[in-house]
Amino acid sequence: MNPAPERHFPGIRYGLIGGVCVVILSLIGMVEAFNQREIVTDVITMGQTLLLMMAAFVAYLGAQRAQPRRASTVLVSGTASGLIMAVLLSLFVLLGNAVNLRQVFINASPLLFQLLTFGQESLGAGIGLLLLAGALVGLLAGLLSLMSGLVRRALITAFSCVTFAGMLQDLVTPILSEAGPLSDLNDFLYPGNGLCVEGAVTVFVVIAALTAAWARKGDAVRSRIRSLPPSRRRVLNIAYIVVGVFILFVLPQILGLFLSEVLTIIGLYIMLGMGLNIIVGFAGMLDLGHVAYFAIGSYTMAILTSPELGFFSLNFWQALPFAIVMGVITGVLICTPVLKMRGDYLAITTLGFGEIIRILVLSDWLRPWLGGAQGIGKIPRAELFGFEFGSPQTLYYLILAGCLLIGFISWRLRDSRLGRSWMAVREDEDVAQAMGINLVSTKLKAFAVGAGFSAMSGAIFATKLGSVYPHSFNVMISINILCVIIVGGMGSIPGVIVGAAALVGLPELLREFAEYRLLVYGAVLVAMMLLKPEGLWPEATHQRELHEVESDAGVADVPETAVSRG
Amino acid sequence: MLQRLRERTSATDVIMWLIGAALVAMIVWGTTATLIKGVYSTRHWIDFVIFGLAQGSIYALIAMGYTMVYGVLRMINFAHSEVFMSGPYTAYFFAAYFYQSGLLESHPVISLVLVFIVSMATSTLIAVMLERIAYRPLRNAPRLVPLITAIGASFFLQYMFRGFYGSGFQAYPVIKALESHFVLGPIRILKFQALVIVAAAFLMVALYQFVQRTKIGKAIRSVSEDKEASALMGIDVDRMITMTFVIGGAAAGAAGVLYALMFKQVHFFMGFIPGIKAFTAAVLGGIGNIPGAMLGGIFLGLVESVGPSLFLDGLGIPAPYQLKDAIAFTLLVLILIFRPTGILGERLAAKKA
Repeated sequence: MNPAPERHFPGIRYGLIGGVCVVILSLIGMVEAFNQREIVTDVITMGQTLLLMMAAFVAYLGAQRAQPRRASTVLVSGTASGLIMAVLLSLFVLLGNAVNLRQVFINASPLLFQLLTFGQESLGAGIGLLLLAGALVGLLAGLLSLMSGLVRRALITAFSCVTFAGMLQDLVTPILSEAGPLSDLNDFLYPGNGLCVEGAVTVFVVIAALTAAWARKGDAVRSRIRSLPPSRRRVLNIAYIVVGVFILFVLPQILGLFLSEVLTIIGLYIMLGMGLNIIVGFAGMLDLGHVAYFAIGSYTMAILTSPELGFFSLNFWQALPFAIVMGVITGVLICTPVLKMRGDYLAITTLGFGEIIRILVLSDWLRPWLGGAQGIGKIPRAELFGFEFGSPQTLYYLILAGCLLIGFISWRLRDSRLGRSWMAVREDEDVAQAMGINLVSTKLKAFAVGAGFSAMSGAIFATKLGSVYPHSFNVMISINILCVIIVGGMGSIPGVIVGAAALVGLPELLREFAEYRLLVYGAVLVAMMLLKPEGLWPEATHQRELHEVESDAGVADVPETAVSRG
Repeated sequence: MLQRLRERTSATDVIMWLIGAALVAMIVWGTTATLIKGVYSTRHWIDFVIFGLAQGSIYALIAMGYTMVYGVLRMINFAHSEVFMSGPYTAYFFAAYFYQSGLLESHPVISLVLVFIVSMATSTLIAVMLERIAYRPLRNAPRLVPLITAIGASFFLQYMFRGFYGSGFQAYPVIKALESHFVLGPIRILKFQALVIVAAAFLMVALYQFVQRTKIGKAIRSVSEDKEASALMGIDVDRMITMTFVIGGAAAGAAGVLYALMFKQVHFFMGFIPGIKAFTAAVLGGIGNIPGAMLGGIFLGLVESVGPSLFLDGLGIPAPYQLKDAIAFTLLVLILIFRPTGILGERLAAKKA
């Protein structure tokens, strides 16, 4: 596993790798699609930022690997990688101008080439600019690699904040305009599409200063909080919780209709993620058919409440327990045959079960009972004391209640006897059994609880949409949920929330992103497993375990963020 | 003795056996009912069987890749279905070009061979890159990690090709020379189905001989027995693992063109279902076992094409053909429950953990 000592000039190698990546990014159409959104008005668009970040990252890696570590070699290495990437991209542009690539690669449009040459009239000038930009980015990456850790972190954080501020204009503007005196800030930052130049510079400077200040003083503040007497700390904790609950409660009023809709979707995924987290994160059984329970919950709700089929006409609250119980039963039924399987086999069998359920629902055979491909409509809304959960802003409270309930149960279960048995099974089944843990009942309980959570999410999903279709329950949902808990950190409850917000919330906010959603998910899964397998908000034991294995294998470089959090 | 029996069987075993018995009873009942009703003539059954053989031999070719990778790495290469998709999708543009320029009409053999070469080369390239980038750095990681990487890589590749070539279905050009029938006594075979069966059989035999007879094949088998010992014997383990991916990728690329010839279209999502089916075939035959994968593939293809009409029609289920995927998955689940070692496999039992 030890990386072989670099005998070749690393700049060239990384330049070639990065060049291929940049060309692929352009060819799959991401650069062009993201170009509609401007980060800084008339200066840089999101598509360009994407290319820039890719190039800077690879050049930075190239510069980091340069041997011996002298200023000259590092800078040359960085510049060379940047230049080589630009050369490859220029070759691609030349090829695209000579041959009509569009017959094969549908995204190799003239617009893309125009964009890559900075909209220059003459090809020569455009390519010259491209090469210059590449070399410049490489040089900057080299400089970054020479800086001290503090400055580097401040600069990177500030740069990402500017990018996010530009990207998330739709999110930031409505919040700021509600906040009275702050609405002037809105006009200052976002006069048009994207940040203005002054706004971008301000954000950059402020964030850089804040990061640097926190890096200097952060430890002192943290240790002072830690040294507070217990009673004061409890007061502080309660204050955090009160503020948190207050924010959660008023959130839909601040955010408005569209963002509340996004929040409800995130909430549904949080519930699903908590369910899968029990099965995969706690008990360590990879379940790829998680969408099955979601579907069961939705369909039970639909069948019991919809007047369209006419079997039953319960209301939401009467049907909810049945939906959850049906989910639990399905979980137990699916778990029973797979009790003896591990890892890969379990994954593929659960995937098969998920598909079987979808195929059955879709078939003509069960149409009289399940509605076939047309699905079931006219599902009534949930109502409580005359208060109807109809619009996203009201539905939010229903989903919030569900998330809080499920989060609380997960949290209590994690520290219970059952939770400890799950983790023992996850670490080593044979040892767990030898310690007197009943594998059958432990695994069944994990599936039952996880499936129950997801069925609840499914039931709420059914009333949210008012109708259910078999096509809403394909294997992609299972993969999305898996990504959510892996990005957040397997077995970590706050991780599920972080993962859902990042993976479900962001694509909803960036509409042009939707087409590339699964592409990015796939890349994120691979990258997470290669670089940071414990996730963004790792659970303590899991993190220890993963890095123990790594250090056994001889890799000493534990990512620095993981160390500082641990 | 009764007490000993009771001690050894648990409630879950009983439930599983009951489920299995119910399914078997359903199959028997459905089959008898169908045969008594006699909706289908012998001609129909022969057509079903030939179609099943053609489809099954494609599954068998894909399953080789799964089974060989499982043999050397003990992991399921989830992204193998995308290796399968990438070849024919890329080769489509060549096939379409040959069709437009008339080469496909005048020299069908040459152009088909070229299409095969392009497809196999692309699939091989993708498989090798996959191993190098996604799997090699994780060789010593916990078991769940490479599996998740494989799932991620699978979706990444799918949507990368979607970004390259677009999200629509592309119709593979129809080769006129392959559209007519062969007549062998009472049996009529569509020529392209015959081509699929013959080509797949040829490739399988060739690959099997390669693995059994050549030095590289021997080294691959040795690596799948024991990596450390092989390394001590002077075998370059990394190179042999790459070779495994090369062979699996080439087989998948060839299978892809055969699939495209049979179903006449390509799509970025086309790999998913055949991928799972081929995995089922690999498990059916006993994973890690190359002849087993071939046998499993053909068996699965037959069950899938004959099954819906034979088992389900008699039960009065409308449009039974919609449920053919459900039959394949049910078969997978049943095999995993009752004989996880597969038809020919015995090695798994010891190495499963």
